[in-house]
Amino acid sequence: MTPQVHLDAVQFAYPGGFALTKIDLMIGRGEMVAILGPNGSGKTTLLKLMLGLLHPAQGQVYFEGGALSARSRRELARAMAMVPQEPSLPYGLTAWEVALLGRTPYLRRFHGPTSEDREAVQAAMTATDVLTSAPRPYNELSGGERQRVLLALALAQKPRLLLLDEPTRHLDLSHQLRTLSLIRRLNVEHGLTVVSSIHDLNLCSLYFDRLILLSSGRIVADGPPDKVIQPDLLREVFGIAVLVGPHPTRDIPWVTILPEKDKGSPPRKECDRL
Amino acid sequence: MSVHLAPRTSHLARRAYLGLSALLLLSLLIGVLQGAVPLSPATILKILLHRAGIPIGPITWQPADETILLQLRLPRVLGGALVGAALATAGVLFQGLLRNPLADPYIIGTSAGAGFAATVAMLLLPPASILGFGSVALSAFLGGLLAVVVVYRLARVRGRNSVVTLLLAGVVVNTVLGYLGSLTIIFFEGSEFQLRRVFTWLLGGIAVHDPRQLFVVGPIILGGIAVACGFTASLNALAIGEDGAVAVGVDLDREAGRIVALGALLTGAAVSVSGLIGFLGLAVPHILRLVIGPDHRRLLPASALAGAALLVLADAVARSLVAPTELPVGIFTALLGGPLFLFLLRRNGRQPEWE
Repeated sequence: MTPQVHLDAVQFAYPGGFALTKIDLMIGRGEMVAILGPNGSGKTTLLKLMLGLLHPAQGQVYFEGGALSARSRRELARAMAMVPQEPSLPYGLTAWEVALLGRTPYLRRFHGPTSEDREAVQAAMTATDVLTSAPRPYNELSGGERQRVLLALALAQKPRLLLLDEPTRHLDLSHQLRTLSLIRRLNVEHGLTVVSSIHDLNLCSLYFDRLILLSSGRIVADGPPDKVIQPDLLREVFGIAVLVGPHPTRDIPWVTILPEKDKGSPPRKECDRL
Repeated sequence: MSVHLAPRTSHLARRAYLGLSALLLLSLLIGVLQGAVPLSPATILKILLHRAGIPIGPITWQPADETILLQLRLPRVLGGALVGAALATAGVLFQGLLRNPLADPYIIGTSAGAGFAATVAMLLLPPASILGFGSVALSAFLGGLLAVVVVYRLARVRGRNSVVTLLLAGVVVNTVLGYLGSLTIIFFEGSEFQLRRVFTWLLGGIAVHDPRQLFVVGPIILGGIAVACGFTASLNALAIGEDGAVAVGVDLDREAGRIVALGALLTGAAVSVSGLIGFLGLAVPHILRLVIGPDHRRLLPASALAGAALLVLADAVARSLVAPTELPVGIFTALLGGPLFLFLLRRNGRQPEWE
């Protein structure tokens, strides 16, 4: 079996200095992978390399057996999608018009969207539960709704690989869970491969099968949650003290954050009682 | 089923096209009626039918009327329509590509390149002529294109063109060439007539000296607009940013190069017969976006029609206001378009168009 995504000795450096060093990584079809790591550890860079938005300085990225650089953007956009990190939209597009942009790789030059395109967008917006907001201006939607419109845009591409860059950012707890449940459902029901950067360790544990831990541009751990969510590892990578125990009701690791050691418990302010 | 989901239906677009086409025809009529020698609409129609080979009975007009219509007014009016359509289309292309509400057809170097080359031509070059194009028109066309090529090369960093560097390189080249133009004027202080000519050219005015010019500029502009319609999906996709556009399948490097080339060609062709007409290419796309929405598939053709109509009207005003003196039409594109733009902007004030 060829892996769906294969990074073979990939090196990448920004002119500013930050670099990913010799990344070897294989992701199989239907996996649900979280990419973890401190800010600036290379999570977004790794996603952009998988999508071909950045090109490796050395090494090669393969998608479904072929080198990424040999494929046309249009062909790739029909096979993989990335949920944008809520870009600011320059002018007043409706939610429908935004989701319809996911059909760009299927449009023929000089032609408008076909009924097939409209059906795909409708199905995608139904899946992400934003169809009723379709006629509303995107910029007037709540953060959670925008996120789901952008997810619909990506799904309208009919991808086999879905890349997400911190999909729970800016969302309240209930929307974080809803978004991840939806992604998980797409993964389980449609065999969609999911690779997502994410910060919350417990959400990783709850929703993902495989965690990849990055630190300063290297993969320092790769495996199921109970292998990666280890107190020593987390202390070294994030510089935080944690307790890891079992989830109260599920058979997964659960992280309890401890306050910084040398300062004791967080200072509590004394207040006058009125 | 999905019709109610797309609130800006093709129905609305069709009405807009129809309305704008009617407006364009009306402005063309006003344009040919306007002038020192009165020509009635009936006479105009008869001359046109007669020339088209359709028998309309005895000739009732003066031979001079025919000359005025066919050699002077019609080329002028059609030239205005072509220039207006080209500038509005280029405005749509550059605003969409650069994702910038201040972008206009001149933003990436055309105005200063054309202006500098035209200034040099007016002060220093003999008035040669090819196919009705004088040395000024040709210099302006080539100068504009050359400046865009320079900007495009300058903006290329590590084999990739970023939209922001394109914008900045355009501003820098425009500024530098603008001052070089001023320096040229100071160094080669021409006659008062020459300086006046430079000043007028920079303000813009339709100058079709020879109907043959239209047979060159016409196909470039109409063909350019037709080709531009093939880029509307890419321009739409750019709304979600450069990475977003690439992620949905836009080969941005190639596509951006083509859009820049197309915009520069349209602008260059326009500038060669009109000098630097300002504001139109900036305002028309904004006005149309407020009226029919931001979908480039509709915005682009609608802007072309509206740009054509607005410039023909502005030109009619510029010719007639203090006739027989002609005022630079660039003044009136701003004076007519500005208030219209502000009115629409304030009417839609609740929802900002650009964020």
